[in-house]
Amino acid sequence: MYDAIASNKRKTYLLIFLFFIFIVFLGYILGSLYSNPVFGLSIAFIISFVYILFSLFAGDSVILTLNSAKPADRQHYPHLVNTVEGLAIAAGIPTPKIYVIDDTAINAFATGRDPKHAAVTVTTGTLQRLKRDELEGVLAHELSHIKNYDIRYMLVVVMMVGITLVLSDFLLRSLWMRGGGRDDSKGNAILIVIGLALAILAPIAVRLIQLAVSRQREYLADASGAMLTRYPQGLANALKKIRDDKEPLIEAADRSTAHLYIENPLAKTRKKLSSVWSTHPDVNLRIQRLEKM
Amino acid sequence: MALLWILLIIVAVFVLYFILAYNRLVSYKHRINNAWSQIDVQLKRRYDLIPNLINTVKGYVKHEKETLKELTDARTRLMGGSLADKAKASNQVTDALKTIFAVAENYPNLKASDNFKMLQEELSGTESKIAYARQFYNDNVLSLNQSLESFPTNIVGNFFGFKPREYFKVSEAETKHIKVDF
Repeated sequence: MYDAIASNKRKTYLLIFLFFIFIVFLGYILGSLYSNPVFGLSIAFIISFVYILFSLFAGDSVILTLNSAKPADRQHYPHLVNTVEGLAIAAGIPTPKIYVIDDTAINAFATGRDPKHAAVTVTTGTLQRLKRDELEGVLAHELSHIKNYDIRYMLVVVMMVGITLVLSDFLLRSLWMRGGGRDDSKGNAILIVIGLALAILAPIAVRLIQLAVSRQREYLADASGAMLTRYPQGLANALKKIRDDKEPLIEAADRSTAHLYIENPLAKTRKKLSSVWSTHPDVNLRIQRLEKM
Repeated sequence: MALLWILLIIVAVFVLYFILAYNRLVSYKHRINNAWSQIDVQLKRRYDLIPNLINTVKGYVKHEKETLKELTDARTRLMGGSLADKAKASNQVTDALKTIFAVAENYPNLKASDNFKMLQEELSGTESKIAYARQFYNDNVLSLNQSLESFPTNIVGNFFGFKPREYFKVSEAETKHIKVDF
């Protein structure tokens, strides 16, 4: 368990570093296109620095706002608050902030920078449709994400995915505009090719990272969640309910935040495209593993 | 010269191990103390909630004097005494609460009262928090006691005077299910 935490922290720093290099390089290329590489480089340097800090310190609020989550108070959601508090005690972490999303689908996610700055969010549908021990299973899974520092890694991934998509788009457009120019020198042509390749490959690479990171993590969080409740069947039953749900789509969720949820909120829109292109392991496999514990 | 280096490396590895083992024992100790204070907080909270429950129930229930008295007595034993006493009293309170909530099923007016519903949620929440705190406590006691008994951590433990800790015992009925559903 502690190995998983250390490895998560290491990977987070590596990812941030790679992202930093990527943006600075992108800035250099963009600058060169407008025949001012140093300017592009320094702007990119500053922007990526600010953006990384922003991601780490305000990323969770961005995600919560994007998913239209509202704070849950003890008065209106006593059971939810009590359950989260109890599980936080079991996990030995401070009680995270608690949010709800007004949506009939069953789903939940956790986000934040570390266990001291974390938030757990559930849909109102989850509260209405899950039984006591099922809700406990779901929340234990989310608290395990917090405890294992998955949230920090996933937070960085979400923010990087978002900005990479925007930047690639921007780069493609710039190249398109420049394509009409008359006096492209040879050096510029090479830069354009590299830029094109980057603009096309970066989103794919980022997407693959996003996928690879989350599937392994889900199994781990299932297992450590079961360690908290000592009742794996609770989460297994909850997952069955989600699987058999006729309308699992969360209206507020979009592709950049999909892997945060306990079960992929977009899954039913794209039928059974499992394996490489899914953020979550097959739900039946997860249920099977839980029932074997 | 080479021999000296080898000796130095062996000593360094030894010292490093010593430090790591010591730090691990310290962190178990802190977690145990922290978990214990969590248990205490929740026991206190339940202690404070019970009079409210008794007052609410009294108004609706006429023939259950015995059950209420049992709960009051168990509650009194809760604050004070050794860890084992506390664990025992806590289990008695849990059983008494279960009885009361079962009895409440026969009184629709009581069940429908907002005050009772609120108390039921609060008490069952506290009940599971006690269970979770106890679980965290016992897990860490297990880790500590295990390290203190196994070689070579026991040498480090003995050297710094670490003592094995006592478990917070669970009543027979509860051992199967940690969760408490009222």
